[in-house]
Amino acid sequence: MSEKGMNLTLKIWRQKDSKSKGKMETYPVTNISEHMSFLEMLDVLNEQLVEEGKEPVAFDHDCREGICGMCSLHINGEAHGPDRRVTTCQLHMRMFNDGDTIHIEPWRAKAFPVIKDLIVDRSAFDRIQHAGGFISVNTSGNTIDANAIPIEKEDADEAFNAATCIGCGACVASCKNASAMLFVGAKISQFSLLPQGQVEAKNRALNMVKQMDLEGFGNCTNTGACEVQCPKGISLDNIARMNRDFLSASVKK
Amino acid sequence: MALSGLFLIVFLLQHFSINLMSVFSADLFNEVSHFMGTNSVIQYALQPVLIFGVIFHLTMGMYLEAKNRGARPQKYAYNKAGASASWMSRNMIITGIMVMLFLGLHFYDFWFPEIKIKFIDGDWSGMENGAYRYWDHTHHKFVDPIRVGLYCAAFVFLALHLLHGFQSAFQSMGWRHQKYTPVVEKVGYAYAIIIPLGFIVIALYHHLIH
Repeated sequence: MSEKGMNLTLKIWRQKDSKSKGKMETYPVTNISEHMSFLEMLDVLNEQLVEEGKEPVAFDHDCREGICGMCSLHINGEAHGPDRRVTTCQLHMRMFNDGDTIHIEPWRAKAFPVIKDLIVDRSAFDRIQHAGGFISVNTSGNTIDANAIPIEKEDADEAFNAATCIGCGACVASCKNASAMLFVGAKISQFSLLPQGQVEAKNRALNMVKQMDLEGFGNCTNTGACEVQCPKGISLDNIARMNRDFLSASVKK
Repeated sequence: MALSGLFLIVFLLQHFSINLMSVFSADLFNEVSHFMGTNSVIQYALQPVLIFGVIFHLTMGMYLEAKNRGARPQKYAYNKAGASASWMSRNMIITGIMVMLFLGLHFYDFWFPEIKIKFIDGDWSGMENGAYRYWDHTHHKFVDPIRVGLYCAAFVFLALHLLHGFQSAFQSMGWRHQKYTPVVEKVGYAYAIIIPLGFIVIALYHHLIH
């Protein structure tokens, strides 16, 4: 039994490379199943473009099950689209209606320059992690089993929740200031809540915040958009914790 | 930003308390205004701190806005910002500038004349025609309906600014707690509505009893 697919108009940001000036282009797609994921719909478009001898639309993707943090589309004015607590790859076409026009853009931030079409360079996040998102563990053979250190359940849960951040950048994309504080707050919190993270606690907050500023991200004005648009539901608690850690480390410096 | 904002919130409460006295007793308002206007600690220690707090808050607000705008040089062609953040939180610069413009008028009306009388004319008596001038001066300013309208409009912008600013200041300082943050938010909403509304009522009172 066949079901009638949706006919959609896609308005997509096309940009040849990082140096070129991009623009929005319009593409019609037909017979799109409501059961398709958003990325499968883009696959259909790309097959169509290849058949027409045109350049397919470049977009980031990897696991397509919401855990890798690679997909990164700003869909109809929202990071990862109109659904909540999902990444673009988990967004289904049932969220749209036949005849809809869908606007698709890359994340917009000075710190996330466009590489091509919908792909942005998110290596700024890697450099922030390198600045302090780690713990020093002795691997000489005397390593203590992490489970040997008792940790309060609430702290373990909160650290785990912070660690579920997949670093997709939706927080930056949805923030009016292109601030990365939810990401940095989560990456600081996942260590600062645990005893293993205390050795570098002071420098971690200072160094990661410093790197965040160097990358050109904006400053948090507590609009809360990041928390709403985060596919993993990372809480604003993490930004407050980062602010506390940063303020206390600045005073003790 | 947050610290100066919290400081101004405390100042606003004090300002409101004294203004409210003008509704209940002209004599009490005159006494308190004279004390505030002539006390050395208030004039030479607290007033400069307040001026610094206002200037710092304004300057930092505009600096942050400029920096944050620079963090996204290429805007979205299609953006639905209202889907995830309140209008108040996204437009602090607009409500802030409106309050700043109001401060210009407010200083012109009250602060500059006070400074002139005390520091240029050298008259620290607070008297005019044998009686304290504070209540009469205040009352007289609210005869003009256009001025009353401007004051009321400014208080609406102040309310919008505080609706986000109050709880935002706590978050920026890292003061967030599962139990206390909902209380802070409720107190913030109450403060943001009651205080500006109170200022509006006081302005209308002086206009209507004239």
